[in-house]
Amino acid sequence: MAAAPELLPYKQIREDLFRPLSGVSRRYVLATCLAFIVGAAGLAAWVYQLRRGMGVTGLQRPVFWGFYIVDFVFWIGISHAGTLISAILRLTDAAWRKPVTRAAEAITVFALMIGAMFPVIHLGRAWLFYWLLPYPNSRLLWPNFRSPLLWDLTAIVTYLTGSVIYLYLPLIPDMAQLAEHNTPWRRKLYRALALGWTGSDREWHALERAMKLMACIILAVAISVHTVVAWDFAMSIAPMWHSTIFGPYFVTGAIFSGIAALLVALTALRKVLHLESYLKWHHFNNLAKLLLLMSLLWLYFTLAENLTVWYGNEPREMAVFGARTRAQYAPYFWTMVALNFVIPFVLLGIRRLRTIATATIAAVCVLAGMWLERFVIVVPTLANPRLAAASRGYAPTWVEIAITAATFAAMAMLYMIFSKLFPIIAVWEFKPHPEEDED
Amino acid sequence: MEHRWGMAIDLDRCTGCEACVVACHAENNLPVSSPEQAGKGRTDHWIRIDRYYEGEFPDVKVKYMPVLCQHCDDAPCEPVCPVYATYHNGEGLNVQVYNRCVGTFYCANNCPYTVRYFNWFAPEWPEPLHLQHNPDVSVRVAGVMEKCTFCIHRIKRSKQDAARDGRALADGDVQPACVQSCPAEAMVFGDLNDPQSKVSRAAGSGRATRLLEELGTKPKVFYLQKVK
Repeated sequence: MAAAPELLPYKQIREDLFRPLSGVSRRYVLATCLAFIVGAAGLAAWVYQLRRGMGVTGLQRPVFWGFYIVDFVFWIGISHAGTLISAILRLTDAAWRKPVTRAAEAITVFALMIGAMFPVIHLGRAWLFYWLLPYPNSRLLWPNFRSPLLWDLTAIVTYLTGSVIYLYLPLIPDMAQLAEHNTPWRRKLYRALALGWTGSDREWHALERAMKLMACIILAVAISVHTVVAWDFAMSIAPMWHSTIFGPYFVTGAIFSGIAALLVALTALRKVLHLESYLKWHHFNNLAKLLLLMSLLWLYFTLAENLTVWYGNEPREMAVFGARTRAQYAPYFWTMVALNFVIPFVLLGIRRLRTIATATIAAVCVLAGMWLERFVIVVPTLANPRLAAASRGYAPTWVEIAITAATFAAMAMLYMIFSKLFPIIAVWEFKPHPEEDED
Repeated sequence: MEHRWGMAIDLDRCTGCEACVVACHAENNLPVSSPEQAGKGRTDHWIRIDRYYEGEFPDVKVKYMPVLCQHCDDAPCEPVCPVYATYHNGEGLNVQVYNRCVGTFYCANNCPYTVRYFNWFAPEWPEPLHLQHNPDVSVRVAGVMEKCTFCIHRIKRSKQDAARDGRALADGDVQPACVQSCPAEAMVFGDLNDPQSKVSRAAGSGRATRLLEELGTKPKVFYLQKVK
């Protein structure tokens, strides 16, 4: 096996991993500007939508949920990258996780921030979104906790809070290191974030315990979040939404797309920040195997979901099933199957084909496929309501496409800014035990 | 519950003339969609006529079915609203509070009858229709959901009139705009709590069925048709 990063001298590790924080290359500025422009265009589209009304979208009766809800589920799904990977690996003490966890945890926080915007973007009167919050008010109005949307709000706010803490805790020792030598404003920032960390035994023990505890909590919260997102659909009586399998199906899909997002991010980081000696083949190999496993699990759920509907042959469900697999939404459905199963299975299942490059290609396919999966779940059901006379199709407008594109740009921008401010690989985790410390 | 309002629609009488649709538009200040928006399916009709075709051309039979909010006793739209904008009032009506609605669309997705309508834009009326608004009905803003109210303002007016005259509300005192305007007299409205009311008798007839009854929504609109 190639030399693990643990075997490099700690001094070099520190230098390697702190280097990306200083200095800004031309390509970085260009990429950030590009992301900013795409993001600003999406923001402009949203302002246009706020001023004119939801009519500027492609939504219409009976398809009241479209691109925005698809994006919402997609991004909340991506957010499962961090927690699941990092929490499971932390709890099982997997040694190879060290260079991977922070990159994953950062994805969680940013994907959640983006995903949580969509329910607001999607509101007919977005400026009144706070009416969903249980805040004290003079009219003694209270939100309706019987509504799955309220469960959703509660779950997402909990998850966002938890994952910010979960990202922050292992940052603290690095912050203290960074506060030692740096430019004045950075020193101020890092010192504030280090919370007076001195590196005493007591502090290390407290940190260790806090991280273990948060890993347990965040696991439970992550699973509940995507289950509740699934219940937004499953609690309604619409054909092919009202399904008991949706909770675990969505959680599986979320972890699946989360791992794919992590793989893509790691490939990019490895290339751009020259982390070849930290992110090694075995990291990618392990993640690729995990992706393959999730792909098979996803296939199993998809089969279980669709086969039972087809065999049951209930007319209203069959209308949706037909629209998905044979009629106007069939191209989306079969592309989804190809992207989520066929391509990853071939590229990752055959050992000779499994390389960093093919794992990345498979991951990009899975990301696209999982976006399509949410589209195939959301739209055909609504387009085929129980009263057939009310059926109608859906096509997005430029406003929805611009806002969707903007969120991808926002993700890239947030990630780039994060990797400039904080070491994307936790440096202190490579610190040798005091006894064997060479300096 | 003092009253339990319900409706019966005789499909064997309905000719599909859509007089009820027009009457509802005028009564409830429904905005008029532009041809372009209507083409996209963004029309706003609290009552609509669904058409079902039987047989092959030229032997086609068309069946008309006026579909409006069924004012379900167990309405699927109600529990899913996160802000209580839609709820059940004391007389069994499924009520929509426009001012409370934030527009999550959840109610509309969960309505098996697809009878909820959304204000995609600020409402518009071609001149001179903007001068004929019904003062008893509020005009809705962009971004809120709306639907048939069983002409709740007419129910209130009739109750006030009866109270002023010191009499009890009689069967037939309340007539929603659609019922009033039906030339075939296919629609009946009244109190289901009163076993002698026309609507109660229609609901008890052997021809009465309810739409998608098997979902357990307990709708209060009864469709009468000869069962072959």
